[in-house]
Amino acid sequence: MAATAPVGGKTVTVRVNGTTYEREVEARRLLIHFLRDDLDLTGSHVGCDTGNCGACSVLYDGTLVKSCMLLAVQADGASIETVEGLAEGDELNDLQQAFGAHHALQCGYCTPGMLMSATALLREKPHPTEDEIRKGIQGNICRCTGYVNIVEAIKSVGA
Amino acid sequence: MLLPEVGYARPSTVDEAVHVLASHDGARPLAGGQTILNVMKSRAAAPDVLVDLQDLDELRGIELAADGTLVLGAMATYSEVIASAEARARPILGEVCAQIADVQVRNRGTVGGNICSNDPTNHLPPLLVALGTTMTIASSAGERTVPAEEFFVGVYATAAGPGELLTKISIPAGKGDGFAAVTIGKDGTCIVSAAASLDGDAPRVVVGCVHGVPVLVRPDGADEEAVRRAVRGANLEPPSDVHASADYRRHLAEVVAARAVQRARTRRS
Repeated sequence: MAATAPVGGKTVTVRVNGTTYEREVEARRLLIHFLRDDLDLTGSHVGCDTGNCGACSVLYDGTLVKSCMLLAVQADGASIETVEGLAEGDELNDLQQAFGAHHALQCGYCTPGMLMSATALLREKPHPTEDEIRKGIQGNICRCTGYVNIVEAIKSVGA
Repeated sequence: MLLPEVGYARPSTVDEAVHVLASHDGARPLAGGQTILNVMKSRAAAPDVLVDLQDLDELRGIELAADGTLVLGAMATYSEVIASAEARARPILGEVCAQIADVQVRNRGTVGGNICSNDPTNHLPPLLVALGTTMTIASSAGERTVPAEEFFVGVYATAAGPGELLTKISIPAGKGDGFAAVTIGKDGTCIVSAAASLDGDAPRVVVGCVHGVPVLVRPDGADEEAVRRAVRGANLEPPSDVHASADYRRHLAEVVAARAVQRARTRRS
């Protein structure tokens, strides 16, 4: 049973946007802080820290999650995609360009999470209805109240 | 946010998990983490050890037994229930799971976590009582089963005690079910909820958010007046808070119970 003895921290191996990282982390460290502070991937934002706002959303083994609602130690062995992984080389991808074209961001704070939620949605449903788009970004709060333009941007990519 | 210091264990079998749960006072299972991590952030509780259940594949299945019983592993996520062809044997389950929070939470949150946290505002405790569910709990002493109406023992408290782990949720076959709630925003936290099942001899109607545990009432008929009378007869003493007064919750309890039964009648016919 030695393998299950509780530990205060451990070395984790996590693949993020195709790069493998190995770091020692405390058990209490949230995944969002691991990404931002340990890996310096500051694209994912901390908005509320309570699982409500979705600014920290990332893809975790292909599944949309809020990275403030996981521990970094849980992610040992996982593959994660963050907003930094969306661009194709130096070019913003179609979704990112659509956000610009449709003025789908004002302050931009929610944008990384919105982009990851839209990415997850479009992979599952390449041509989502407006209702499906609204359901898809239900876990992401925009306090500039720009939802209409965000929905339009996602719709334009899925058209 | 920095959480309180905590130990972490990641067992690979249920036997190992119940061993580590039993070996440490203050050890708590970590399922999807969508409740317990927030509880730790708010300092409402500080477990000494989190026992991560993610490698316990034996808790992940969603299976339909030969007699029609739907068996959910405690680690089945809401999204897995929604997508499961087997879970459509009891369609209300996927419908209610689709009303919980948002995509991200549904992808991580688990059926077992929802019921073991037994927050009175959670969707699944009243639903599973209405459906006549049986819980299977493992410990180093073996397995035991507990009917849902005995599983929920108080606010945040269930029959799964220290050193025990909920493993399976067994739901009998049926289809005449309904659920209704008044929530804070679409798919938000329930202010009052009700679940109903008309599959047995008399309707099973269960009201949530009005007591520490789901309240089961047995109306003598499935018409609106019988349902309202049964809920009134339960003499509910719900809490008052910023979202609703006790009087308003009492009123809503009758309303959502009647709606849940009406939806169940539509489903059954």
